[in-house]
Amino acid sequence: MHRTGDLYGHFQTLEQQKETATLGMWIFLVTEVLFFGGMFLAYTINRTAFSTAFGIGSNTLDIKLGAGNTVVLIMSSLTMAMAVWSAQVGKKKLVSFFLIATLGLGTVFLGVKAVEYKQKFDHHLIPGRSFDMKYHPTHPMAGDDLKELALEKEEVDKAFAVDPDINFHGQLYFSLYFGMTGLHALHMIIGAGLLLWLIKGSFAGRFTPQYNTPVEIVGLYWHFVDIVWIYLFPLLYLIDRHR
Amino acid sequence: MSEHIVSPKIYIAIFAALMLGTGITVWAAFQNFHQFNIVFALVIATIKATLVVLYFMHARYSSKRTQLVIVCSVFWLAIMLALTLTDYTTRSHETQPGVSHLARPAASHLFRV
Repeated sequence: MHRTGDLYGHFQTLEQQKETATLGMWIFLVTEVLFFGGMFLAYTINRTAFSTAFGIGSNTLDIKLGAGNTVVLIMSSLTMAMAVWSAQVGKKKLVSFFLIATLGLGTVFLGVKAVEYKQKFDHHLIPGRSFDMKYHPTHPMAGDDLKELALEKEEVDKAFAVDPDINFHGQLYFSLYFGMTGLHALHMIIGAGLLLWLIKGSFAGRFTPQYNTPVEIVGLYWHFVDIVWIYLFPLLYLIDRHR
Repeated sequence: MSEHIVSPKIYIAIFAALMLGTGITVWAAFQNFHQFNIVFALVIATIKATLVVLYFMHARYSSKRTQLVIVCSVFWLAIMLALTLTDYTTRSHETQPGVSHLARPAASHLFRV
């Protein structure tokens, strides 16, 4: 590892070198904004066209898990920001501590996501041949609240009356749900890999007030992933909760 | 230009604001504001995102050049959203019954496999 914060020949100062790295990361994030933007656009168009199916689909998501995950992810952004601060003021042990905390919270987020995905498999809500929005309300599983389920059945029946093709339109919602949260999760997994690399570096004491560019730019990436979730949570989980 | 170090106090204040924003989002989702529910949700999400960009991502203390790049990303996103949506809202396409003011073409067979 030669990148120890030495000044490269084509820069005049270390600050200029760091600013260049930060700017490069931001330009990458611009492409990410447009990449996710396209998915949000597809979501917007389909949600307007198939609002009944999207409302029913959204209501099958667990709001407690979603809101809990939002808190976990914002907390991980705080610990990431604190890791940057620790490096800037030269507290080497705190850098490791905050990076490990960020990785831990990120892992919790992914674990909760896995639980949610499993639930959708169990409820026949994976786009494909066995997709059926009526399946779960009519097939109670262990631990289900039967009263809640009866309400859900009533809701689904009403929706079928409004939109007879709801099992096709519902697949659009769940395709977007899995596409968007899946890509978000992929970004988290990449972020976790970058954090492991940073943690290794922090154990070697590489990050100092003079040189902390990797922590700073991985931080930018991590916060960006947090921002994507800040939009995903209300758009996917909270469409049709008022009734 | 020397590096600006954001203090932990600011980070914690921003974190608290983000938590509050999350709480308000969940609360607002259960209120019936009719078509304004989505507006409310997006406004809060945008405020939260702005706080993250300005403070966690240090945009407020970045160089003018970096800030320009950030503004550009929002601008280009706006172009993509605006132009695509003007097309979709003025052209007939597959919708559920009763949603669009435009004719609903018989394209639902596309979804039947």
